[in-house]
Amino acid sequence: MTLSKNISVGVLALQGDYEAHKKQLQSLAVKAVEVRLESDLKNLDALIIPGGETTTMDKLINRFELRQPLINFCRSKPVFGICAGLILLSKKIEDNQSEVEPLGLLDIDVLRNGYGRQVFSFEDEININLGNGKSQMAATFIRAPKITRIGESVKVLGEFKNEPVLVSQNNVLASSFHTELGQDTSLLGYFLKTFAAG
Amino acid sequence: MLKFDDKQYKLKVGLAEMLKGGVIMDVINAEQAKIAEDAGACAVMALERVPSDIRADGGVARMADPDVIEDIKRSVTIPVMAKCRIGHFVEAQVLEALEVDFVDESEVLTPADNMYHVNKWQFKVPFVCGCRNLGEALRRISEGAAMIRTKGEAGTGDVSEAVKHLREINSVMKALTIMSDEELFGAAKEHQVSIELIKIVSKTGNLPVPNFAAGGVATPADAALCMQLGAEAVFVGSGIFKADNPEKRAKAIVDATTHYKNARQITESSRGLGQAMKGIQVASIADEHLLHTR
Repeated sequence: MTLSKNISVGVLALQGDYEAHKKQLQSLAVKAVEVRLESDLKNLDALIIPGGETTTMDKLINRFELRQPLINFCRSKPVFGICAGLILLSKKIEDNQSEVEPLGLLDIDVLRNGYGRQVFSFEDEININLGNGKSQMAATFIRAPKITRIGESVKVLGEFKNEPVLVSQNNVLASSFHTELGQDTSLLGYFLKTFAAG
Repeated sequence: MLKFDDKQYKLKVGLAEMLKGGVIMDVINAEQAKIAEDAGACAVMALERVPSDIRADGGVARMADPDVIEDIKRSVTIPVMAKCRIGHFVEAQVLEALEVDFVDESEVLTPADNMYHVNKWQFKVPFVCGCRNLGEALRRISEGAAMIRTKGEAGTGDVSEAVKHLREINSVMKALTIMSDEELFGAAKEHQVSIELIKIVSKTGNLPVPNFAAGGVATPADAALCMQLGAEAVFVGSGIFKADNPEKRAKAIVDATTHYKNARQITESSRGLGQAMKGIQVASIADEHLLHTR
C-alpha cells in the first residue's frame, strides 16, 4: 500500500470499540488520535466513527457540543463510519425510538438492529467490489443496522444477500459490519488509500 | 477445549467490544431504563432489586420477572442484560429465550449451585461473569464467558474491593508476561487454569476478552478511577438509583467514563450532584454477608 505515513487519523472515542480501530491504524503505521472534544479534531486528516452504541454516542455528541464540528469536519475530510458510525452518518433513522439525530452526511436511510438483537448477530462472507473486480470478504454483523434506502449519488461497494452493506458517497465510506475485530485490515487500507491518501 | 475461533464466540466477544468505554446501569423497571438510556448508558442490566436492597432485605435473590425484562427491552434501544444465579442454567435458558443481549451470571443473586457455574459454551447469548483474581477470570473464560468484570463488593458504594480486584488481576497478568515456560506451568497450577490460557495472557498481558469493572462504583471519580486502573467499561448498580438525583448522577458517571483521563472534565462532572448513596464500608461487613466470596 502506498500511503503517506505522516497522516493522522482520528477515532471518535466517546464510546465503543475505538481501541480496536486504533490498533488497526497502528498496525499500518498510521498515527491514531482519540477524539472526544472539538479541539481533538485539529490537524487530523481523516476520521473513523467506530461501532458502539448509537444512542450513547448521540447523547455525548450533543453534551460535548461536537455536532457542528463533526459535520464541518466530515464535509471536507474523509470519514469512515462503521455500524453505529454508519447510523450516525445517515440521513434518516427508521422507527427512531430514542430520537437519535443523525449527522445527515450520507444519503441513506437505516433501520437499527435490522437483523435483530444479539442472538441474531452473525458472521458471513459478503460480496464486494472496491474497483478492482468482485471479491468476497468476511464480515461480522453485531446488532447491525440495515440500509433501507440509498440516494442516487451513493455507490454500493458491498452487498450481503443483495442488500447494500458497504456504501460510499464522495468523501464518506460506511459499513454496517465490522472488520476491525480481527486481523483483516484490507477495508481500512482501502479507506486510507482511496479516501485519505489523495 | 477452548473454542476461541468459534464464530459464535467471536460474536459474543464482539458485542462486549462494542460496550467498551461505556457505563452499564442496573435498572429494575422500564422507567429507570429510560433514565439510564437518556443519560447515555451503553446498556442496562435488568434485575429484581438493586444490590443494596438485596443486601438490606435479605432473602433469596433471583432472576427478574420476564414481564419486567420485556418491558425494559421495549423501552430502550440500547442492549439489555439480565442477571441469572450462579449455576442456574435454566434461568439462563429463560433469559436467552427472552432474547436479552447479555447474561450476567452474578454473585449478587443467591447462588443456585455451590459446585458448578453455567456451561456458557452451550448458549448463543453471551455471558459476563465476576471475578476477584486472574484464576477466577480465566476459569470463567474457560467455561465460555465472553466478558469479565470485577466482583467488587456490590451494593456498598465502597469502591475499594473493585480497586483491589483490578489491581490484583493487573499485577498477576504483568508478572506472567516476563515468566519463563517453566514458571508458566507453575502459574497454571497456582491459578488452577489451563496452560493454554496462561500462555495467551502471558503473550498479551491482557485477558482474551474485555475486562470491565463493577462493585461499589458510586461517583464519577470512582468510574474514572476504575478506567484509569485498566477497566475497559464500568457497571454501576445501586450507585445511581439510590442517590439523591439519579438523572444527574447517571449523566455525570457516563461523562466521567468517556473523559476518564481528563481531570478537568471529571471535575465538571462531579459538581453539584447532591448526596451519593449512603453506602456501607466493606470492612464493616461480616464475612458471611460478603457477596464477592460467592
